[in-house]
Amino acid sequence: MTPRALIRLRARNGRGRAATPLRERLIEIGLLACGALSVLVTAGILLVLAFETFSFFGRVSLAEFFGDTRWTPLFADKHVGIWPLVAGTLLTSAIAIAVALPFGLLAAIYLSELASPRARRILKPTLELLAGVPTIVYGTFALVFVTPLLQRVVPDLAGFNALSPGIVMGFMIMPMISSLAEDALYAVPGSLREASYALGSSKLPTIFRVVLPSATSGIAAAVTLAISRAIGETMVVTIAAGQQPNLTLDPRVPIETMTAYIVSISKGDTPTGTLEYQTIFAVGSMLFLMTFAMNAISHRMARRLRHGAGQA
Amino acid sequence: MRAPGPAQRRRRRTGERLFFLLCLASVLVPLAMLATLIGDVVLDGAGRLSWEFLRGTPSRRASAAGIWPALIGSLTLIGLTALLAVPVGVAAAVYLEEYGRRSRMAGIIEVNIANLAGVPSIIYGLLGLEVFVRLFGMGSTVVAGACTLALLVLPVVIMASREALRTAPDALREGAVALGATRWQAIRQVVLPLALPGILTGAILAVARALGETAPLIVVGAVVFITFTPDLGSQYTALPIQIFNWVSMPQKAFLDNAAAAIVVLLVVLLLLSSTAIFLRNKYQARL
Repeated sequence: MTPRALIRLRARNGRGRAATPLRERLIEIGLLACGALSVLVTAGILLVLAFETFSFFGRVSLAEFFGDTRWTPLFADKHVGIWPLVAGTLLTSAIAIAVALPFGLLAAIYLSELASPRARRILKPTLELLAGVPTIVYGTFALVFVTPLLQRVVPDLAGFNALSPGIVMGFMIMPMISSLAEDALYAVPGSLREASYALGSSKLPTIFRVVLPSATSGIAAAVTLAISRAIGETMVVTIAAGQQPNLTLDPRVPIETMTAYIVSISKGDTPTGTLEYQTIFAVGSMLFLMTFAMNAISHRMARRLRHGAGQA
Repeated sequence: MRAPGPAQRRRRRTGERLFFLLCLASVLVPLAMLATLIGDVVLDGAGRLSWEFLRGTPSRRASAAGIWPALIGSLTLIGLTALLAVPVGVAAAVYLEEYGRRSRMAGIIEVNIANLAGVPSIIYGLLGLEVFVRLFGMGSTVVAGACTLALLVLPVVIMASREALRTAPDALREGAVALGATRWQAIRQVVLPLALPGILTGAILAVARALGETAPLIVVGAVVFITFTPDLGSQYTALPIQIFNWVSMPQKAFLDNAAAAIVVLLVVLLLLSSTAIFLRNKYQARL
């Protein structure tokens, strides 16, 4: 029996809960209430999104929301087709992952398999610094530094575009992939590596044929979580991608993401109950569903990693 | 399998070395980008950094504008956020680690916190807008902003505190109970003091996160043009909001203002992180 279980047993011995004084019970209930607050927060998010989205669909049909290809809720000629915003979000997220995945994975391989303990001790926290920089700072950097730089290389790149914030966002979420992927690589039992060496294989084949395959689900979990993060990222795309809902996959022109749309409406003072006000909740619901799906997939894969460890 | 010949072995070693270099580059390139970012911001902002810039209020003229209301707004926000999120977060962590182990409720709370940690920050803004600003009638005040940020950083506080509580060895809990302490006494007098450095570090990390958040504050209605020092019941602004406003301006002079404000923001972040490290080392040395 674990010591904690013993303590619990002692506290409740024989006479059950009566053995604990009232004060102790009250404290436990208070602590539980604080824990339960987080459940309330989730319920609050779901209720708020559902309530406003429901009123939104009282005015706009689902067919229009998912069937129209234009997003112009502020114009006289109102169209509320979500696809331009979804396309903008997916485009910037795809660019971000295209940057973050190779960098993150190779960095994870370096830190877990190649670096000396000393290099690892220094480089790992330094890399985490990247994740600590506020997103507003990355947004500014994308707009005033990266875009002009890219314009020299990429012809007809607009001042606002999906490419530059996508790349910057990639570097921003790269530590997330490297850190989680490194955990997955680190969790691969040393005996597997040793067995591979003993069979005459050198370091590179061991990494590619033994270590990486055993860590696949952990790496996939890391990437899915990073995608979720990219979808929900707001300030970088708001600042540097322009705020024009174009249904396009061209990374050189201005676009608008779901998050950027919510910000652009929130900047003004939109009265409750108007269609504009409700659109931000409808878009928010869409955003929530997409990130929630990604998080759930990631969670499931991470769990498989934990259960699968040792059987690989 | 045939043993590789010397030429083959050399080729393989070159391949290996190239791959190792590629991996190392994948660590160094992002770091170089970070260095470029900081260098660029400092170069652009250095010319604007002055006492007048710190103490000034927003202005239509870039050269006369300052960040005092934003700075005070940000400091008030993170102070209130910490005040709200840390006690609740630590209490929740104590429940999950010390009381609720293996109980059904704890399981639900745990999954729930993991989910909350993955919700985009702008969604918290929507929650704050509807609940704090409208439903509770707080309006677009610092308090509403801080409540929103507190909910946002709550998972960070809880997870860091749980980590810290886990470092306290069970033997100490047993010892305290054996000496006649109740469960809460054991936690209050033995476990919590031991976990304090970790909890403090987590609290400061949460505050640092709150300091940099922009999107939820825009949604709950932080405004930009504040020429007075904000108080709890008034409209307010914050550093990231001010930066966002300046970045959105077409004139180059405002971009330099934004860079200077970013330098201030990064310095405050750096101060916070160094405090976290200092506190942790101090308390750890005492134990």
